[in-house]
Amino acid sequence: MSDSGILTGEYFINGDEACAEGAIAAGCRFFAGYPITPATEIAERMARRLPQVQGICIQMEDEIASMAAILGASWGGTKSMTATSGPGFSLMMENIGLGMMTETPCVIVNIMRGGPSTGLPTLVGQADVMQARWGSHGDYEVIALSPSSPQEMFNLTIEAFNLSEIYRLPVLILGDELVGHMSEKVIIPPSDQIHQVSRVRPSQSPDGYLPFMAGDNLVPPMACAGEGYHVHVTGLTHDEQGYPQTTAQVHERLVRRLADKIRHNTSKIIQVEEFETANSEVMVVAYGCTSRTAREAVQILRSEGKKVGLLRLITLWPFPEERIRQVAQGIKAFIVPEINYGQIAYEVERCSQGRAETVLLPLMGGAIHTPENIMEAVKEYLP
Amino acid sequence: MKFWRLPLDAGSHSIPIGELHIIKDRCKGCGFCIEFCPNQVLKEAPEFNKKGYHPPLVTKQGECVNCNLCEIICPEFAIYSVLKEYKELTAEDIAGYSKK
Amino acid sequence: MKIRYQPIVPFDQEGFNRLKDEQHGLHPDDQYLKPGRIPHIWCPGCGLGVVLNTYINALKMTGIPIDRSVVVSGIGCTGRVAGYLNMDTYHTTHGRAIPFATGLSLTRPDLSVTVFSGDGDLFAIGGNHFIHAARRNVNLKVICVNNFNYGMTGGQVAPTTPVSARTTTTPYGNSEASFNLPYLAHASGAVYVARWTTFHARQLVNAIAETFSIDGFTFIEVIAPCPVGYGRPNKIGSGLDEMIYYKENSIVQNGADPRNVDIALKGKIVVGKFSEEKRPTFLGEYEEKILKKFRRTET
Ligand SMILES: Cc1ncc(C[n+]2csc(CCOP(=O)(O)OP(=O)(O)O)c2C)c(N)n1
Ligand code: SF4
Ligand code: SF4
Ligand code: SF4
Repeated sequence: MSDSGILTGEYFINGDEACAEGAIAAGCRFFAGYPITPATEIAERMARRLPQVQGICIQMEDEIASMAAILGASWGGTKSMTATSGPGFSLMMENIGLGMMTETPCVIVNIMRGGPSTGLPTLVGQADVMQARWGSHGDYEVIALSPSSPQEMFNLTIEAFNLSEIYRLPVLILGDELVGHMSEKVIIPPSDQIHQVSRVRPSQSPDGYLPFMAGDNLVPPMACAGEGYHVHVTGLTHDEQGYPQTTAQVHERLVRRLADKIRHNTSKIIQVEEFETANSEVMVVAYGCTSRTAREAVQILRSEGKKVGLLRLITLWPFPEERIRQVAQGIKAFIVPEINYGQIAYEVERCSQGRAETVLLPLMGGAIHTPENIMEAVKEYLP
Repeated sequence: MKFWRLPLDAGSHSIPIGELHIIKDRCKGCGFCIEFCPNQVLKEAPEFNKKGYHPPLVTKQGECVNCNLCEIICPEFAIYSVLKEYKELTAEDIAGYSKK
Repeated sequence: MKIRYQPIVPFDQEGFNRLKDEQHGLHPDDQYLKPGRIPHIWCPGCGLGVVLNTYINALKMTGIPIDRSVVVSGIGCTGRVAGYLNMDTYHTTHGRAIPFATGLSLTRPDLSVTVFSGDGDLFAIGGNHFIHAARRNVNLKVICVNNFNYGMTGGQVAPTTPVSARTTTTPYGNSEASFNLPYLAHASGAVYVARWTTFHARQLVNAIAETFSIDGFTFIEVIAPCPVGYGRPNKIGSGLDEMIYYKENSIVQNGADPRNVDIALKGKIVVGKFSEEKRPTFLGEYEEKILKKFRRTET
């Protein structure tokens, strides 16, 4: 272990463990969580690892408390994270909204399992994608990342922390049971090669400081507790001073800025991996564990000479609308395998604007698609 | 407690006298200061403030003992007292207190 | 899709400055209040202003600088306390002040973290967090303003509403038993438990000040008038009438067994400091038993 506590080297660990290591590498020093399959290993790893870097790991009484605690820790100036699965994610929704409204950087990991309700605790699902987008009440924009391997669980956890610090909001990692529990080689680089971003602090003195006044990038610098800025942080609609206000004008200004700080930066945030997309006539759109099968299907089909490619969504939210719109111009169909009854497929269909057909390959959960499932669907368009 | 004579050390005791400041337009007329002042120094003013409430009025100038109770019990931060001077304890003061 | 936006009205800096100039600094305690926030939203005769006032006086008494103290509140009339104090203040979600404050306190042990919230917030929706934070002995100073009802939403029944009391959701009188908060706090592990009413402003200042120097989870219940939601519907009367009621019906009994201090409708109110004990805090133990193992000694 290096001085920074980062476990530089090659490890054979599962996705949950890689996620915990990513958090520590990103500078996370506070974790609050509540056990739930298939995310428990993240809490367990954090409980073991955080003290080694003088961080704090606490098992709260529920996920509502876990979410509240990481917001509190973030205002204390500490990078913080929680991890859960569907039922706990549902409980976190109100305080995720508080995090959005108060612009509190933190990371929430949801290792998705089969739902609704208790569903399939030990088996894979991808059905929380829309909940991640719209789960808390009111209007807001989210950033949600979808790792497809333990290595990416590590990398994207760091990325999630950096995005949360840059844009000042809770960032979601939508993993799935398969990626969380799958063990693979994970390479952890030396600490000096890990890119860590921290929230911008106010550069002016507390006198006349407006805690929610943003510059052109729409992200206000953040004064944490005990720094002398006397900030009032509230989930109520508030003005630039942080004071609650009850006018439509203030609400318009605030809510629009909260959304626009993401909307105006989608090109910087969105990552899509393109696999064999050149000259494709059919495009598979997949994410998380499903993208691994999709990649295999595309490989086999390409070897048979079929013009098919894969758009692997690394960023689920904000949705890569532009890219889907472009691709839709030149292809016959999108094939969207997902472990739900249609969530991202609706987005694909919306963005293709009728130019290409959208075919959903749903699976309700508990199993993954086979390459054959996907190949058959592609072959309907490329016989 | 009842004193039947001026204590021998009365000369070394003194009574603080407070000067009251009332921010009339902050008052919401709850009456706490008037009711709980140990010396009944205050009463309701006949006139209204900007909000339409009757703020307190000092009735007995010089009888505020600067105990600050009105200041810490006022929900509106509308009244406070500051120490003006000390007054020597007299037989009348003692008689007054023993009546209470 | 095309978007046609409504125009944006910019922040009214001048209006804010005017408010600040005209309204701020009229009272010596204004330095503890956020500029331009007084008058507050509370009703005439409400006890919340008194509690806010006593908290400020406890700060003055102990000399804790406002840069070293933070206040976390939940939602409700009491939850608004945070927004008036000129320090770092956090107005969270309904019932969640304690877990938010837990995260803050654990990461910033150098700060004095006070949780202000209502009885509904802390003991109905937030009850689970309360007992667990007390059990863990997180270093939080909890001040619960008990007005026997949900003030903010218009006077509904609360877990503290005495049997037979009328609220808007118990129009025929409350048929549920209520919590005895000091007993609950004590049993859950709070290291300091007291109850005062807003009539006992001085004792309350002393009690709050006393808790500032205690390491651990402290609990003060403050009985406060809510003429709108409780006093009038239960024929006690105005805020002042409620205060007079406290004056006439409170029994100061320091060291009283918390089991015996429940409050009945129009019954006596036992007040005082009920218990104080020493117990290792969450952070103390975490530090001693866990973090120390991994602390590299300076060479
Ligand atoms: C999740 C949620 N449910 C309900 C509410 C509505 N609500 C706001 S304040 C409140 C009750 C507050 O009562 P209490 O904690 O006793 O505080 P008081 O207003 O009496 O000071 C409720 C139910 C809310 N804000 N959030
Ligand atoms: S300071 Fe004390 S004596 Fe003077 S008016 Fe106020 S309550 Fe009365
Ligand atoms: S206590 Fe304050 S608000 Fe109430 S009557 Fe006196 S000055 Fe007015
Ligand atoms: S409703 Fe009750 S608690 Fe709320 S401000 Fe009015 S009097 Fe106070």
